[in-house]
Amino acid sequence: MNLLLVVPLLVPLATAAATILLARSPRAVRAASFAGAAAFLAAAVALLGATLDGTILVTQAGAWAAPFGISLVADRFAAAMVLVAALLLAAVVAYSVRGVDAARERAGYHPLLHVLSMGVSGAFLTGDLFNLYVWFEVMLMGSFVLVSLGGERAQLQGALKYVVLNLVSSALFLAGAGLLYGSVGTLNMADAAVALRELPAQGLPSVVASLFLLAFGIKAAAFPLFFWLPASYHTPPMPVAALFAGLLTKVGVYALVRVLTLVFVRDTAFTGPLLLAVAALTMVTGVLGAMAQGDVRKILSFHIVSQIGYMLMGLGLGTRLALAGTVFYVLHHIVVKANLFLVAGAMRRAGGSFSLDRLGSLLARSPLLAAAFLVPAVSLAGLPPLSGFWAKYLLVRAGLEAGNGTIVAVALAVSLLTLFSMTKIWNEAFWKPAPAGADAAPAPLTTAERASLLGPVLVLGAVTVAIGLGAGVLYRFADAAAAQLLDPDLYVRAVLGARDGRM
Amino acid sequence: MIVAVLSTFAVAALAPLLEKRLGRRAAPLLALVPAGLFVSLARHVPEVSAGGARTDALGWIAELGVSLSFRLDGLSLLMALVVTGVGAVVLLYAGSYMEGHPRRGNLLGYLLAFLAAMLGLVLSDNLVGLFVFWEATSLLSYVLIGFEREKAEVRASALQALLVTGGGGLALLAGFVLLGQAGGSLEIGALAANAEAVKASPLYLPALLLVLLGAFTKSAQVPFHFWLPDAMAAPAPVSTFLHSATMVKAGVFLLARLHPTLGGTPEWTGIVTTVGAATMLTGALLAVGQRDLKRLLAYSTVSALGSLVMLVGVGTPAALAAAMVLLLAHALYKGALFLVAGIVDHETGTRDVASLGGLFRALPVTAVAAAAAAFSMAGLPPLLGFVSKELLYDAALRASPAPLLLVPVAVGSNMLLVAVALSVGWGPFTGRAGETPKAPHEAPAAMWAGPLLLGLGSLAAGLFSGAISPFVSSAAAAALGAPHALTLELWHGFNLVLAKSLATLVVGVALFAARGRIRSLAGSLAPLAAFGPGRLYRAGLAGLVRLAKGTAALLSSGSLRQDLRIVLAATVALAAPLLLTRAVLGAPDALRSVRPLEAVLALLVVAGAVATLLAGSRLAAVVALGVTGFGVALLFLVFGAPDLAMTQFAVETLSVLLFVAVLRRLPRLQSRSAPRARVVDALLAGAVGAVMTGLVLAVHAEPLRSSLAPFFRESSLALAKGRNVVNVILVDFRGLDTLGEITVLGVAALGVWSLVRLRIASRGAGANGGRS
Repeated sequence: MNLLLVVPLLVPLATAAATILLARSPRAVRAASFAGAAAFLAAAVALLGATLDGTILVTQAGAWAAPFGISLVADRFAAAMVLVAALLLAAVVAYSVRGVDAARERAGYHPLLHVLSMGVSGAFLTGDLFNLYVWFEVMLMGSFVLVSLGGERAQLQGALKYVVLNLVSSALFLAGAGLLYGSVGTLNMADAAVALRELPAQGLPSVVASLFLLAFGIKAAAFPLFFWLPASYHTPPMPVAALFAGLLTKVGVYALVRVLTLVFVRDTAFTGPLLLAVAALTMVTGVLGAMAQGDVRKILSFHIVSQIGYMLMGLGLGTRLALAGTVFYVLHHIVVKANLFLVAGAMRRAGGSFSLDRLGSLLARSPLLAAAFLVPAVSLAGLPPLSGFWAKYLLVRAGLEAGNGTIVAVALAVSLLTLFSMTKIWNEAFWKPAPAGADAAPAPLTTAERASLLGPVLVLGAVTVAIGLGAGVLYRFADAAAAQLLDPDLYVRAVLGARDGRM
Repeated sequence: MIVAVLSTFAVAALAPLLEKRLGRRAAPLLALVPAGLFVSLARHVPEVSAGGARTDALGWIAELGVSLSFRLDGLSLLMALVVTGVGAVVLLYAGSYMEGHPRRGNLLGYLLAFLAAMLGLVLSDNLVGLFVFWEATSLLSYVLIGFEREKAEVRASALQALLVTGGGGLALLAGFVLLGQAGGSLEIGALAANAEAVKASPLYLPALLLVLLGAFTKSAQVPFHFWLPDAMAAPAPVSTFLHSATMVKAGVFLLARLHPTLGGTPEWTGIVTTVGAATMLTGALLAVGQRDLKRLLAYSTVSALGSLVMLVGVGTPAALAAAMVLLLAHALYKGALFLVAGIVDHETGTRDVASLGGLFRALPVTAVAAAAAAFSMAGLPPLLGFVSKELLYDAALRASPAPLLLVPVAVGSNMLLVAVALSVGWGPFTGRAGETPKAPHEAPAAMWAGPLLLGLGSLAAGLFSGAISPFVSSAAAAALGAPHALTLELWHGFNLVLAKSLATLVVGVALFAARGRIRSLAGSLAPLAAFGPGRLYRAGLAGLVRLAKGTAALLSSGSLRQDLRIVLAATVALAAPLLLTRAVLGAPDALRSVRPLEAVLALLVVAGAVATLLAGSRLAAVVALGVTGFGVALLFLVFGAPDLAMTQFAVETLSVLLFVAVLRRLPRLQSRSAPRARVVDALLAGAVGAVMTGLVLAVHAEPLRSSLAPFFRESSLALAKGRNVVNVILVDFRGLDTLGEITVLGVAALGVWSLVRLRIASRGAGANGGRS
């Protein structure tokens, strides 16, 4: 039993329980929540540390040998995903001190954050398809309650769409899992991978695979399955939106990467072009959707969709460099995107609105806020030397090396439009004088607000800058992670190595 | 070198603080940074002139060949001296120009940061490293153009510059990647050594076109030239530094830098020369009609950039040498003139050349500087501009492909530019005094020092052009990729070139004399400008926003039903063809073994589902749904899973009861959709059902080979000490699943509790989050 794999599940669960038990004292809840997030972060660091040398950590839950029980597995990619999730959770918890109203905090806000994190880290660490489904349900329920928490009209409308479309995803996933079990008799990913090798590559398995693609495609908000996202992400308080924006769709992408590199690996002649087409359409529709918006939250929401396209592009190209690009992109994007939502919350606090028509002169009002916006925004647009540039560079290079100029042209054009979108926010909210007739300017941020709202934002911004300046470090990691992904035998051997009997 | 560039960035970050503490003393202090860099760079001139080069490198992503590697040779040293020299002058000037401006410190910081980025750009020897600085200059240019951000047109100009150069930048990135692929390295030096392989590669043409796109947008070549005049919304020091002396020359620099690798092919010569010549002529033609000092200068800069690009396109040793001299001469005279324009604007309150005149008395020092610069621009001996123009004509005359075309274009453009030079540097200072908003006074020394220095520089470099020959030759050699010795001379004797120079001057002066008529002619032609590429940009942007709005409207119908339809249609579209082509359809064996009871139960389940849809009241629908659920439970029972069946019964009963309990509170059920919509829904639902059915049958057509079921049966009691296998699976073999599901239930309970308990009154759209 490797504790490193279990702790990232148990710490959020225990924290959720503790924050429910302590509910009477908001101060204690916050303290416990933060302590839990810090412990989660520490556990994630330890987990990543243990996988850096290429070890694939495996634990069989309940000590039932694979494929009979449930395997928990951490390779480089999974461990890194857990780490960014933990980082994000800590930032969100700190931000929530001032970024969320007391009423929501009393109504179960903190336990829900941790349950959601548990679901996310479960999804990253599980080596079993049905167990993945369970973690998806944990995430779905946690996020559904979080998105509706507060019961505002807009929230409930968004939440309805969110939950219904995600339930379609769950249904497809469950159907896929059932059918896969029906055809190979196992749900353990490694075991299924081995079993599928004996079946014809282009036969039934690829039909079953299509259900997984659809289910995860909905989760990842890929074209044309993303409607739930722009309908709901702008409705909850910003720290919640930030957590969603950073993690939920990326779990979908992670699941796609996992099943397409481990389980359904042999039909790339079909999945590759399909993914590339979906990637291009996702990029384009997302960015066009964003250009049409006038509300910061909606602009940011549509950009999530657009950037999912880049991640799928790497997966669709499928070369080692391309996969490294996807890994790099996902890790960078989680930090940047969540950060932008946190900044949006601070912008509303400082400028009194989320609407670009009503915002203005934020640069004069708070240069620190402007800097806090600029780092993730410029990174999102893919300008050097920040993290987004390198992510884009890897994918562009991978695309050109694979001789696929079309997808590269789309990716570059979309990145120009992303830049346009970010400068639109900058022009309107930061440069433009505050519009006449707008509500009186809110009071300047207090010191406590600065610490709670801008502190986490600046920390995440520093991560973005560090990734950019030290791009070599993350590239080497992403490359090693991609190499691991491209050699499913490593994973299979790690999970099924000791096949017989109890461990 | 790397340390110098990076620490300049650091100083830039501190500039606003420094300005806050030191006030007006900050700018001279900050100007010492580029001045110091200038001096330390200048010390390398002898070594570089002798053909030496210095390098410095810092790894970045070594595995991908990405690094910060710097190379100081003739070309980069020439550019670096221009950047630091003009930079020092501009910083000093900006401190005075922005006197009393609340954000003076910020401007100084941005300028210094830009200087560092520009220095990094010209020193880089790695394509990706160069690109990083390239984009940094674009971004800083955006910030600097938009410095007076309160005005909407300023913001629009900043955005336009960013989108045009940024778009070109993206093409450049792709071009660099292709170039790296073709040449096997991202180091410019290594690529030049491998030039033959690059030119033979099938990637050569796409790489060339993409690189050119990047260079042309940055250096404001036709048809991308329109952003540069609009960028004049920036304060004068910014225009001087970025949009005349340095950033706009980045494209020219890049072409010169890559000439050894990419140049010399028919494609290179054809495209680069043509675009350069077209730009030279267009810029000059558009310049003469302008009334605004800065726009006059901006268009003439476009023209000069065109000349430079044309010369690099021609690519002969003479042409490259002419380009290097012109580059230096232009930085000196145009920098000075932009600064002069700033002084005139600052002191008189207007930049309209038609209302300016006789300023010599009020601004004597400025006038001297202006005259020196304007004469250099007009190509009067003994200024450096004269030397560069002679070389330009000479190179055009000897260009291999089409001297017949290039010579008239070059001479014609320069005739127009003589008129422009005189309109800016001569006209406002002579003749009758004009009516200006402010009574002019001589500018402070910090402001006139710059133009005077640059103007004198033009004179000195012209007079002692022999002395700078070895250095300029080394720059040309770097662009040529081979050693080159050029001797600059003021006097070449009576020849064809001199005749053209004289003709240029005579016609130019005549044009200047007729400037009033030219301006009114230009005024009457102004509506034609609406058809330029600037309009295309604006129309394109507006069209894109319209497209975006249309897409967004299409995507966010707001109706859940529509969204569900699309998701389900996608499901069918993806899965159905696969099912039809890849699975063995039909499963007669499985179907033949169906027992009558099973068939009846299956029909019951289907009937329940159909009845649910057709039900006229909620109660009936719930009951019908219950039938489906109980039917499924019975099926479980028939297949020997009593545990599952019991659970399903309990769940069904409970949900029917719960439904009934809340039904009373709900409004009456009504049919809201048109019959046609219901038909579509029915077809879609039927298709999804058919796909699922097909899948299940296909999967069942092959026998299940699972080792799990036997293991669970055997181990349940033996190892897990439980007789009920299902229970053991739930709590032991797959206990983790159950933990997750329990969590889901707990969260659901928490959700219900909080939804009931917490109802934040809606405070209008967007009124959530944040402690209020």
